[in-house]
Amino acid sequence: MTTRLETTDVLVIGGGLAGERCAIEAAAAGFDAMILSLVPPRRSHSCAAQGGMQAALANCVKAEGDSPSVHFMDTVRGSDWGADQEVANIFAEEAPIAVRELAHFGVPWSRVKGGRNRYFIKGAAVDIDEALENDGLIGQRDFGGTAKWRACYAAAGTGHAALYAVDSEVVRLGITVRDRTEAVSLVHDGSRCLGAVVRCLRTGNHFAVMAKATVIASGGYGRIYGQYTSNATINEGTGAVIALDTGVVPLGNMEAVQFHPTTLSPSGILVTEGCRGDGGYLLDKNLHRFMVDAEPEKQELASRDVVSRHMAQSMRDGNGVDSPYGPHLWLDIRHLGEEHLRTKLLEVWDICRDFAGLNPAEDLVPVRPTQHYSMGGVRVNKDGQSYGLSGLFAVGEAACWDMHGFNRLGGNSLAETLVSGRLVGRRVAEYASGISLRADTGYAFDAIAAAELRARSWLSRTGNGPNIYEIRDAMGEIMMHKVGIFRNGDELNAAVAELQQLLDDCDNAVLRCKDPGVNPELAFALRLKGMLRLAVTVAMGARARTESRGAHFRTDYPLRNDEQWLNRTLVRWAADRSEPSFSYEPTGLIDVPPGHRGYGSDERIEMKESIDSYNESVLAEQTGHGRLETVEAMGSRLRRGAWQTVAH
Amino acid sequence: MTQPATARRLKFEIFRFNPEDENSEPHIDSFEIDETPFMSLYIALNRIREVHDPGLQFDFACRSAICGSCGMMVNGRPALACRTLTSDLPEDIQLYPLPAFKLIGDLSVDTGTWFRGMAERTEAWIHERQPFDPEAEEERMSDDIAAAIYEGDRCIECGCCVASCGVANLDPEFLAGAGLNRVARFMMDPRDQRSDAEWFEVVAGDEGVFGCVGMMACADVCPKELPLLEVYAYLRRKTLGARFMARNTKKKSA
Repeated sequence: MTTRLETTDVLVIGGGLAGERCAIEAAAAGFDAMILSLVPPRRSHSCAAQGGMQAALANCVKAEGDSPSVHFMDTVRGSDWGADQEVANIFAEEAPIAVRELAHFGVPWSRVKGGRNRYFIKGAAVDIDEALENDGLIGQRDFGGTAKWRACYAAAGTGHAALYAVDSEVVRLGITVRDRTEAVSLVHDGSRCLGAVVRCLRTGNHFAVMAKATVIASGGYGRIYGQYTSNATINEGTGAVIALDTGVVPLGNMEAVQFHPTTLSPSGILVTEGCRGDGGYLLDKNLHRFMVDAEPEKQELASRDVVSRHMAQSMRDGNGVDSPYGPHLWLDIRHLGEEHLRTKLLEVWDICRDFAGLNPAEDLVPVRPTQHYSMGGVRVNKDGQSYGLSGLFAVGEAACWDMHGFNRLGGNSLAETLVSGRLVGRRVAEYASGISLRADTGYAFDAIAAAELRARSWLSRTGNGPNIYEIRDAMGEIMMHKVGIFRNGDELNAAVAELQQLLDDCDNAVLRCKDPGVNPELAFALRLKGMLRLAVTVAMGARARTESRGAHFRTDYPLRNDEQWLNRTLVRWAADRSEPSFSYEPTGLIDVPPGHRGYGSDERIEMKESIDSYNESVLAEQTGHGRLETVEAMGSRLRRGAWQTVAH
Repeated sequence: MTQPATARRLKFEIFRFNPEDENSEPHIDSFEIDETPFMSLYIALNRIREVHDPGLQFDFACRSAICGSCGMMVNGRPALACRTLTSDLPEDIQLYPLPAFKLIGDLSVDTGTWFRGMAERTEAWIHERQPFDPEAEEERMSDDIAAAIYEGDRCIECGCCVASCGVANLDPEFLAGAGLNRVARFMMDPRDQRSDAEWFEVVAGDEGVFGCVGMMACADVCPKELPLLEVYAYLRRKTLGARFMARNTKKKSA
């Protein structure tokens, strides 16, 4: 086997929306960009985003009065004050540009129809006259946790349409895409990232790509929840793993894991929030709309963490519908009518037909909450540059940028991929223009040799060791049942111990397929240890955080605690250590003081410290935790007090 | 919603060949597994790999018929494996890789290279004359036109139509259903400002719409039920119209 070294200016790990948009920005600035992707990029999981992309365009009646400030405020509330507020503001301000740019790239956004439109709002049919002068502008639909209709959409295939349009731009610019490749480690010298070691999934060969800048855009880590996820099989957190493996780059808020209220039972396939946005509702086994009792104001359109908790509680209370696969609830979209379902929610129609054999115009849809999104990820500053290693960036779901805090609003991730892809891509280009390539062959060959050794050691192990697929399934059961929607200290203790045992099992596991080349069992085995390490960071982070915030809910600590926990979890894990190490940094500069979200519980432990005092320490503390200097000063994009001028 | 428990034992015959391994010869392997309620080929193939043969190659990603990874020949017919339920199949199930694409191994084929090549040859992107202005309001479009473009945009590039196409199996340059649909999608998009003459170059050759011999297996196997017959009619009409216009214009100027 020959060892190979390749070079590029900007190496992007992951061919979904965030990675591709970032590569486009670098290529447009004149840099050579290379995208690595596990699959042909149009098969990336961005394609599965259905219902919409949040941006305050305010083109329809129910969006009147919307603005980036309102969007910012919704995002901070959605995050349960866990977000970096400056990043949330950058995001809200640039989201409309990102949506319009996608129109320029070719996305066929659904448009406003001037004149009378029939909508379903809070269970009732409502006729609204859209202004004739807005006819043909990009339309919006309702989504959870938002004050205004803000989700721009292309039927229920928004992610698909966006990904195809952005990939068309990648093709137009002639950007190199290497599909069926996987970055298995980062090449670095302890302070600067020099590139990545790559495993070709067509041959099993390893090579290194040396780059001025390396961008992790590999998506989330939902598959550590085994079958209990809406995520694709490829969302195994590989990007977060290679960052964690450096020992110097921290992951942020790994315990912040989102459960989507409506995935099809039992397959876990996503059914968009747009169903509820367009007027669908949830029913228990008695066909009772329990969300009206639980959240009289927002009803089914409270934030995902809140709705998922009410659903899980309803099933715990015995109000779920029994099935051989455990209890579920019903999503009722029958009243939206076949025409609406077969146009604006076409993908939902197809999914119900193909995977549950039912017709949603006549049948109730069986749904239950399932792992859906990873708020945590590679911790980066507002330029997208990682803590700890210069030249390493992260974007999209793989990153903890951190606009989502402890709960992401529906439609905000699709918008984040494009906004952060554009912005971080620009910063990557600026970074790359200021430095020269350091093709340090010593570090590269050492890293390739280490990766090859890992593969060989898996293949050389013999005997009757544990089975990797059984370890994977055990991990999924632990994560869903002990690190799931409701968490408590005892179960988290058990989860940590059991996951550590699985790590030991993983070291003794034996493969049955000994093929050194393409070997699907080996390919998964090489990811399994990293996935288990991520699972440990989630479980330990959840155990340490003795409060409830957003999607992280502790039944033994049910209140949000702004006195002690208005911070972000950072976790590092050096290769030679048996456990990760945790530290905590301030969330960022606070503009909107912690308060009630407008849904969910209004009880909390108030912060004692003044906002001014909190803000004074942010820069020094984050810098102390590894934050690298940003192009613009901290706080430059925070529009202080702007949120106060909008009515809520 | 509930499927009755099943007592069937399924017999799979699966094509095996690893082109990367010089000792590998194309052959068929047989596997037997017990059917379970709502079993899809996604579940069945993973079970076969995890229990019987860990080296078996196949591709899945979204497992919800959205990403297009898992096209394969199911009892002689191209289909998405993830949404194919075994309850809709006889007990004997034959699985082969999609033809017309380069084989990676067993049931896995290289659709990525084929589709990137098609996108490059047809320049499958919006040809707009104006650069993007981040300050400007979006250009208007009627919702009906947006819906029509979206219909064309729904192709998931699974390759089932390509595999089913007699012409595409002989001519690797032929655009086939997915390619022609892609061209039509941009042709009907008012934002794409390519001229009739430019479009003529894209679709008028043997690799374009006139290379189609009209067997229409593509429309039968498309998992998204795209209206490919109408797509080809639209392309033929537009292309011939452009040709006719060009000839008349030439006559006038001569």
